[in-house]
Amino acid sequence: MNTYWKFGAIVVVIIGVLAWLALGGVTESKTYYKEIKEVTQMGDRAQGQRLRVNGYVEQGSIVRDGSKVSFIMHQTPGVLQKDPVRLAVVYNGIDPLPDTFKDNAQALADGKLDQDGVFHASKVQAKCASKYEAKPQMKTGATPTINQARS
Amino acid sequence: MENIGALSILLAFCFTVYAVVASVTGRLKKNSFLTVSAERAVYSVWLLVTVASGLLIYSLLTGDFRLAYVAAHTDSSMSKIYKFTAWWGGQQGSLLLWSWLLASYSAVVVFMNRRKFRDMMPWVTSVLMTTEAFFLMLISFVLSPFAVLEAGRGNIVEGVGQGLNPLLQYWTMVIHPPMLYLGYVGFTVPFAFAMGSLITKQPGDAWIHTTRRWTIVTWLFQSAGILLGQGWAYAVLGWGGYWAWDPVENASLLPWITATAFLHSVMMQEKKGMMKVWNMVLISGTFFLCIFGTFLTRSGVVSSVHAFAQSPIGKYFVIFLAVGIAATVVLILERLKYLKSEARLESVVSRESSFMFNNLILVASCFAVLWGTMFPVISEALTGEKISVDAPFFNRINIPIGLALILLTGIGPLIAWRRSSLESLRRAFFIPTMSAAVLMIALAFFGVYEHPYALVSFGLCMFVTATIITEFWKGASAIRAKDGIGLIPAAIALTHRNTRRYGGYLVHMGIVFMFIGYTGAAFDLDVTKEVRPGGNFALGHYNIHVVNIESGENDTYAWQRLTVEASRNASPLGQLFPERRLYKASQQPTSEVSIRRRLNEDLYVNFAGLSADNQRAVIQAYVFPLVSWIWIGFWVLAFGTIVCLIPNKVRLSYARTQVIGVEQKHATVQK
Repeated sequence: MNTYWKFGAIVVVIIGVLAWLALGGVTESKTYYKEIKEVTQMGDRAQGQRLRVNGYVEQGSIVRDGSKVSFIMHQTPGVLQKDPVRLAVVYNGIDPLPDTFKDNAQALADGKLDQDGVFHASKVQAKCASKYEAKPQMKTGATPTINQARS
Repeated sequence: MENIGALSILLAFCFTVYAVVASVTGRLKKNSFLTVSAERAVYSVWLLVTVASGLLIYSLLTGDFRLAYVAAHTDSSMSKIYKFTAWWGGQQGSLLLWSWLLASYSAVVVFMNRRKFRDMMPWVTSVLMTTEAFFLMLISFVLSPFAVLEAGRGNIVEGVGQGLNPLLQYWTMVIHPPMLYLGYVGFTVPFAFAMGSLITKQPGDAWIHTTRRWTIVTWLFQSAGILLGQGWAYAVLGWGGYWAWDPVENASLLPWITATAFLHSVMMQEKKGMMKVWNMVLISGTFFLCIFGTFLTRSGVVSSVHAFAQSPIGKYFVIFLAVGIAATVVLILERLKYLKSEARLESVVSRESSFMFNNLILVASCFAVLWGTMFPVISEALTGEKISVDAPFFNRINIPIGLALILLTGIGPLIAWRRSSLESLRRAFFIPTMSAAVLMIALAFFGVYEHPYALVSFGLCMFVTATIITEFWKGASAIRAKDGIGLIPAAIALTHRNTRRYGGYLVHMGIVFMFIGYTGAAFDLDVTKEVRPGGNFALGHYNIHVVNIESGENDTYAWQRLTVEASRNASPLGQLFPERRLYKASQQPTSEVSIRRRLNEDLYVNFAGLSADNQRAVIQAYVFPLVSWIWIGFWVLAFGTIVCLIPNKVRLSYARTQVIGVEQKHATVQK
């Protein structure tokens, strides 16, 4: 039995260390997913927390100034200019922005909210929703239907 | 035509259901007519799915834009090869590819083993066909690849199509998905055999023996898939990263980890008859993680840069996983008494325990990655707030795990079975430990001590390299002394005697090279500059001179190309041509980075576009030390895996240690 006790003790130590590392990792890097609407309503509570905000890039709002990029994000795609729920974002990170980041793209911005309501992103991911998985009906008004073997 | 395609998928679905019912009934009623008809149904499923795939490929190649799938994933200007790869460019097509691969695997398995395991095969067939039925159900009723664009009553022919994302038009991306899928799908086969042997109450060695090659080949495909993905991210995405702990990347890593654990713990069962339950759990876990990975990639449950649309298939996957896992757990619990261990753990310092620690650590890593990936979903369910964890979490836990694994890679193979004495350990590990210590002191002297993890990692890599070299050296010099041949022919002869052992060492060597490459990331340099043509900037010991900016366009895209000259200490190193493209069909800009690849470091230049005044080029330049070793490591790993597959020159079969105290350790040799 002695061997099994020794083995068990080592296992407990290993798992303990890993759990401790994991816990530290979670506190260090946890990020709250928020909608733009929620961010604007959070007020002071939003400061200091790492947030990940999902939204759509406003047409023509991207301004590049050296490595600094600022743009405006909206809650919903479509008629963006009129959407009142908007968030000004400034990105000043090291990595270049992805090629998919452009007007109307869906973007995920990670960062913190400033006191003046500007969101300082440390990371921006973008997906061009219409490209990876296209939705043809948005383009032509046609709906794909499953043409099940009627022949 | 789309009707024939949809019809053959539907028929194939019916045949899979028939195959499941017929093989189970045939087995229970001892009706060999039914069993054989189930086998034939398996071949028919393959034929039907092949027809469907062929039709989809034909439609893609000829540009039949009436089909929603073709219109969404190709355009008329794309080259033939990318039109073909659009087969797996989207949701429906990739599910069809999954089904086709599984159908092919099933047909091969049934053909090869139909006479061998008469009592087990019907169950194997039914497990394979149940999985196949699930995927065919998805593409025949939920997401048909043959859906036609319709408005009112007429079909719509939509001009030229929307094209494949240009970022994906790169050679590694062409083969990355099928490689990963070959890996994902392949684990269905060992899982089916495991279940078959459980159901038929077999002691549990036959399935391991039969599926050993499958598992190794599948593991190789999976490794290749992951590495191709890394190679693509590195060369195409423009920031030089190859791993970001994105949910979809994690999805591919999870089954790879459990499969690696399985490949190791299987040896415990073969040699010692231990860990039988554990092996069942690992192979089932691997299979379900493969399905889970497909689910994660395909359902959009966790948001990801790989960004596949939200789709209705998620709930079907959840049901399939829940039912499958429940059935497997019940079956394993039911059959526990047939899976008793034949030997006991004798010492903490033994080969057995090193295998167990290897398994423990791998599974812990798998669990941590799974937990981190699913954190948003879990936290939302528990607290109502969606919280995600990022790369720091994964790195923090997986870097120590990786280092511990590398250490075990060195220790495990040299430690004796059952128990090891301190004296033998000292003898075996003296040279490796000394060489690691010397290297670490030397590196620390040159300033690497600022990165403690990197220092430890290089030390451990040296340690493992030394153990592997001593193993080859010892064996090869014995053969050289006996047969009077050179050292290299002797090493080859040695490998041929026990391909699995020495192939395994080569795989370990590949992993070591990859770790060297990953460790190099601690010393990355980067700079972002706006430079006019004729200007210069410095990065590390490189000087980069911008020569000019050209532009032009062709049928598919418009381009701007930068010419830069790199030099070091005033000696020229040649020109680099980073390029920026704007694809016309999709209005998608892409960067074509230019990389000067060398063994010690890569110089990586990205042209990020023109500055606001159109006068200066925005350049991001990086130095990535040692990154090439990742790709070299992969080739070594692949070579080692192939060596493992070569049959031994002499077949070795080890007698098992049966009762403690009675020794039976002489190998019996069969010619």
